[in-house]
Amino acid sequence: MANPGTAFKKEDWRLKSPEDLTALRNQILASRDPDRPEIIVCHGSGCMANGSPKVTDALREALSEAGIDARVRPGIKTTGCQGFCSRGPLVLIRPQGLFYQQVKPKDVKEIVERSIMAGEPIERLLYKLPDTGEPVFTEQEIPFYKLQERVVLHNIGKIDPTDITDTIAAGGYQALAKAIATMTPEQVVGEVEKSGLRGRGGAGFPTGRKWRSALNAVAKKGRPVYVVVNGDEGDPGAFMDRTIMEGDPHAVLEGLILGAYALGASQGYLYVRAEYPLAIKHLEIAMSQARELGLLGENILNSGFSLEVQINRGAGAFVCGESTALFTSIEGKPGNPRPKYVRSVEEGLWGRPTVLNNVETWANIPLIISKGADWYAGLGVPHSTGTKVFSLVGKVNNVGLVEVPMGVPMSRIVEEIGGGVPNGSPFKAVQTGGPSGGCIPYHLKDTPVDFDSLTKAGSMMGSGAMIVMDDGDCVVDVGRYFLRFLEEESCGKCLPCRLGLTRMREILDNFSRGQGNEKDIDDLISLAQAVQDGALCALGSSAPNPVLTTIRYFKEEYIAHVRDHHCPAGVCKELITYAIDPELCTGCTNCARQCPNNCISGEKKKPHVIDSNLCIRCGICKETCKFDAVKVS
Amino acid sequence: MIEFNINDRKVEARPGWTLLDTARHYGVDIPTLCYHESVAPSGACRLCMVELKDGDWSKLVASCIYPVQDGINVYTETERVQNVRRWIFEMLLSTCPASQEIRKMAARYGVKSTRFPINDPDQTCMVCGLCSRVCEEVVGLSAISTVDRGVHKKVSSPFLRPTDICVACGSCVSICPTGAMQAIFDSVRGEPAMQLTQLTP
Repeated sequence: MANPGTAFKKEDWRLKSPEDLTALRNQILASRDPDRPEIIVCHGSGCMANGSPKVTDALREALSEAGIDARVRPGIKTTGCQGFCSRGPLVLIRPQGLFYQQVKPKDVKEIVERSIMAGEPIERLLYKLPDTGEPVFTEQEIPFYKLQERVVLHNIGKIDPTDITDTIAAGGYQALAKAIATMTPEQVVGEVEKSGLRGRGGAGFPTGRKWRSALNAVAKKGRPVYVVVNGDEGDPGAFMDRTIMEGDPHAVLEGLILGAYALGASQGYLYVRAEYPLAIKHLEIAMSQARELGLLGENILNSGFSLEVQINRGAGAFVCGESTALFTSIEGKPGNPRPKYVRSVEEGLWGRPTVLNNVETWANIPLIISKGADWYAGLGVPHSTGTKVFSLVGKVNNVGLVEVPMGVPMSRIVEEIGGGVPNGSPFKAVQTGGPSGGCIPYHLKDTPVDFDSLTKAGSMMGSGAMIVMDDGDCVVDVGRYFLRFLEEESCGKCLPCRLGLTRMREILDNFSRGQGNEKDIDDLISLAQAVQDGALCALGSSAPNPVLTTIRYFKEEYIAHVRDHHCPAGVCKELITYAIDPELCTGCTNCARQCPNNCISGEKKKPHVIDSNLCIRCGICKETCKFDAVKVS
Repeated sequence: MIEFNINDRKVEARPGWTLLDTARHYGVDIPTLCYHESVAPSGACRLCMVELKDGDWSKLVASCIYPVQDGINVYTETERVQNVRRWIFEMLLSTCPASQEIRKMAARYGVKSTRFPINDPDQTCMVCGLCSRVCEEVVGLSAISTVDRGVHKKVSSPFLRPTDICVACGSCVSICPTGAMQAIFDSVRGEPAMQLTQLTP
């Protein structure tokens, strides 16, 4: 860990009062020169997959080779995800604020020579506005960032998540110090209630009300009471919680400590899926640093309040994101949901009062406490206050992580921030809420994105995944995809879910082959309602949502499959044929060479032909054709 | 006593009773497959779903685990309840086609055939979990449990191998509502610790 300053020696590293924290923060800030050049490299999972660690290594090497005096040599900081994942690896040069995208190790020498030493921008690496092609110098000028309001993510991309001094310099743990010094536990709960914060995990239950019920349950049943973080984010296409845990682990931890303080808990759990190794690593580092500073563990800031926290790793089951399954999993049993007619705040983990909140919910708590409930309630819209982080994926130009106030229209997120669909056509639908949510069609693009409006449209907020679909996506295929996912992830305890999801998927399989009739669509709706009504937990009861909403908004597409044996999107393999347009084909032979089944023939420089009897409809020819000569019908 | 309504009829229940306990006390018919008095209810088969109504609000709950509450209105034969029941029976007829018990019970609720394909004509087990619950809660051994998840879920001894933890008490066989346990009993029971032949001189 970096040394926060020379004045603090290791033995008095532990903070003994809220004032100590402020003193430490002032020392850290005083030891830092805001004008010192600094290179920030995004080390979020997306950028790392794109090779950002290699860029960092190359930068270190180039800097030492460049022979810059050690006193003015820029620092290199690696941060959590900056959000603009489709443009990674991202590199920021401070203090100018130059924003470089898609940086490769070979660009590094030029960055050091021109941007660091000469202070000039490299146009090639700048982001260009898609409509004018004009280069943009700083992050704030890029529409993707300009239209966002980064509240929960405010630190991510700016701080080094493995260095607590960075967090403290940015104001971390100030909310905890404030609560311990000036607020009673009761006041903390009251503040959360007043903020109007609703759970970010999916259902949107008011967090303050949950905490209040837990307090009442504790009054009735006594201690212990537990606080738990739900970091078992498993929706396909969702990475909000991962980003927060990786990029600002102290925010989650501080929220949890505040919750424990408010509820009188002395034991907390972080349930994180094992597929998030970097998040677990960063949380572990954060926990040990917070412990060393006396912000976690025994006698926090010498207030008499103690909290122990441990990480529990999920073993790969999606259903363990469901609250009761998560508890049974922590208890060491198979992650099956238990029937829940008594709420978790009364009988949760080990049968004790338990407050379980999602990662993003916990990360909101320090902001509410430090800036006040009134400030928070002023963000967003009534009944859905604050901001929400969304992961924007699918057929959209700017894939990445965005944060906007609740209640902004869907089109703002998808079209203005996301930059719309790559081929320029309007989007077909947006799947919100992952496999438990539903499709919002283009004609509802102005739907305000808040809990109640999305529910009214038949979908749900869910944890915040937004999957954008265009004309090349078939709703029957989308329904099959989500059902197949949930079928595999169902725990299998209750019959409507275990049997029903398979049967629903089989009906859709028939549709995708052009089999079935219009009555089958009605039967599918009826079965979907039975699963919705009958399933034991939220996994099963929300599983039919994608199918029900796509039938609601795209029924004609279902009818096209069963009546006309036609897949309008050209996706369902058994209903499509590939053919080469002889007018457009140049005879480049590219497709014939790529075809895995050798069913394309033709002479060089003459139109080619696909043998549709042999064709397996893999679509490789269409993808490889540079002349758009391969047509689907 | 707790007072509420089942199908618009006033009923009284003792604290601690479930909706199912009360309904059966008053002779109101609710089908169940995974329920048995000797083990804790688990709410798995979902055949016992009933509808709670309060003005425009309504919700389906599993009566075998739902605790009684003063003043609630419970309906056991609404359209939504019957829809859930019919589909479960129809799916069970295709999943456990060999079970006479399921066929009889389904017929009693008007479901006599299934539109779904039958994959295993000899199957009788629907993985209600009664066998493993009686082994854990009554016998106290947990020689069997449900293993794997989702569509792959099944009843087995640990690691899918015969186990000598099983004392062959037969509780699982006698509690099984479909007779399925009879067929897999031998695969659960390992070699007895002592052979009978050893006892004879």
